[in-house]
Amino acid sequence: MLRFFIKKLLLAATTLITVSVLTFGLFFAAPNNPAELMCGNRKTCTEAQQESIARRMGLDKPVVQQYADFMAGIVKGRTFGEGDAVRECPAPCLGYSFRNDEPVTDIIGRTLPVTLSIVFGAAVVWLLIGVSVGMISALRKGTIFDRGAVGFSLAGASMPILLFGPLLLIIFVYETGWLSYPSYVPITENPVKWAAAMLLPWLALGFINSASYARLSRAQMVETLSEDFVRTARAKGMTKFRVYGKHALRAAITPIVTIAGLDLGTYLGGTVVTETIFGFTGLGKASLNAAINLDMPLVMATVLLAALFIVAANVIVDVLYSFIDPRVRLA
Amino acid sequence: MTDGATGPVGLKVSTPDEPPADVSTTAEKGILGRSPGQLAWLRLKRDRTAWFSGGALLFFALVAIAAPLIERVYGKGPLDRFSDKLDGNGNPLGYLGGVSSEHWLGVQPRLGRDILIQIVYGMRTSLLVALTAALLTIMLGVVIGIVAGYLGGKVDAVLSWLTDLTLAFPFYIFCFAFVPIAVAQRYGPTDQEASWFRPVLLIVVFVLFNWTYSARLVRGQVLTLREREFVEAARASGAGLGHVLFRQLLPNLWAPILVTFSLNVPALITAEAALSFLGIGILEPTPDLGRLIADSVNYVRDDPAFTLTGGFTLFALVLAFNLFGDSLRDALDPKSDR
Repeated sequence: MLRFFIKKLLLAATTLITVSVLTFGLFFAAPNNPAELMCGNRKTCTEAQQESIARRMGLDKPVVQQYADFMAGIVKGRTFGEGDAVRECPAPCLGYSFRNDEPVTDIIGRTLPVTLSIVFGAAVVWLLIGVSVGMISALRKGTIFDRGAVGFSLAGASMPILLFGPLLLIIFVYETGWLSYPSYVPITENPVKWAAAMLLPWLALGFINSASYARLSRAQMVETLSEDFVRTARAKGMTKFRVYGKHALRAAITPIVTIAGLDLGTYLGGTVVTETIFGFTGLGKASLNAAINLDMPLVMATVLLAALFIVAANVIVDVLYSFIDPRVRLA
Repeated sequence: MTDGATGPVGLKVSTPDEPPADVSTTAEKGILGRSPGQLAWLRLKRDRTAWFSGGALLFFALVAIAAPLIERVYGKGPLDRFSDKLDGNGNPLGYLGGVSSEHWLGVQPRLGRDILIQIVYGMRTSLLVALTAALLTIMLGVVIGIVAGYLGGKVDAVLSWLTDLTLAFPFYIFCFAFVPIAVAQRYGPTDQEASWFRPVLLIVVFVLFNWTYSARLVRGQVLTLREREFVEAARASGAGLGHVLFRQLLPNLWAPILVTFSLNVPALITAEAALSFLGIGILEPTPDLGRLIADSVNYVRDDPAFTLTGGFTLFALVLAFNLFGDSLRDALDPKSDR
């Protein structure tokens, strides 16, 4: 078990380092003149400005040295610039955004809670709707409910958030006026207002994803229900509720946990379309803006962070798997 | 509790799926040899969803191909402005975003463009990008999957690692990073971007990040296929590597390849629309569904019909592909569970 875990961690670390090397190369080595790219309005950018950017960001050093500095900064922190233009970037330093004149970690600290709020709330919605619809339709296979659920999951899986998000806005905000256009309030400030603002993105992202979960959990449950141990449990007189709710559910839920973990990992890196539709500045939106402004340090950091979420989700899912499903023994 | 024996507990009660009449007709004709492809085709023909979604796809394809023809008959181009159809604030006159006998789906607020012809041309862009990308994706995925599965060993280890690495890249965020840099690299600050550049860039990004799924699938299939006798026979008779891979193994992989391809297209249509919606994909003046929705969202309060028109078109396109892909899977692999 421990050996398996360590092996997984090592593999994850290798993957992350490779991602960082490739991304770093793309941003700082591949462009002919990265300083010119980062210069804001490139039409009016003078040689002197480019030089000062290059010096501040350390672009005049060899690329390998730059990468080493970047990695060292994550552990030790860094100082950018010289003279009276010194910028401190404390310990987990992922770079300094000269566009916003603040360390990248500050921007991430501001935007990540927004994305976390959206993703975890939406995950509750999609797991609740998806799994319960899937389970019930598996138990009532062939009934009208089941057909409706299959139809729902087919249509829902094809529903683009580009339609569903604005549709929710039109219905709940512009036509009925039941909700106001969302604006983010931190949960620490006012949990009720926070939830009220998050309601629409939760519904939008949650509903879109619930379709595939309904489909998956239906298929899993149908398969589990046809297994011998379920029949045996029923035959020995165990109540339906116990058999379905405990034995069958536990066997059927493993793949759902896997997919949910991987989806969470992917979404944590940024739910940019949802954020854009509902006007939130989460991690995804921050990274989109950074990319459009060619604010390379910020983009680099968001790519790395998103990759970290994906890789971490993979490791966690692998470990969880062996806990939930004792049949899976790690080789 | 009588339903325990038949239903939920899962005792398999044998009910004949095929009506017996079917059996007798085949018996009368004598035993008919049918290839797996013919069988799949028969199953597909019997599937009502397949007919329906296939018809829809054919319609969309025809509309996309015939876009210039539609433009001529309809009499309005995608960039023509009809400012006389707008009120003083730039909102379309009339109901539902200015729907009239002249403008069947209304006119765009502020710009005054006709929405129908925008959607027709937008579909053309979406389909062109998605189909090309899906085709290249599957080709790359199949080649990598076949090679990794058949050769095994070190080659497989490297290719599998490459797959895992690609999966670790956050797709959207990486696109944000990649596309603007690629554009800035190729075009100077003052140059006008050529209209073909963004679509090609999108296709490249899609292919780079999407081949993993088909590669994994094909690799898994090849792992079992390579132990079969026909492969051994081919090898024993001195067939080269290329022959075994592409003449012996590939023909046995058509079913999963077709299914993956047909389910990849709607995913790519969605991704293309999302990127264009975010301003990273297709740019003005090329008509595009995602960009049209991005425009429309700005006016969603005053002109909700515009947003819904674009959104429902995208939905219909994706739904038709997904339904057809599902039917295709059922037809090619009837044992597989949904």
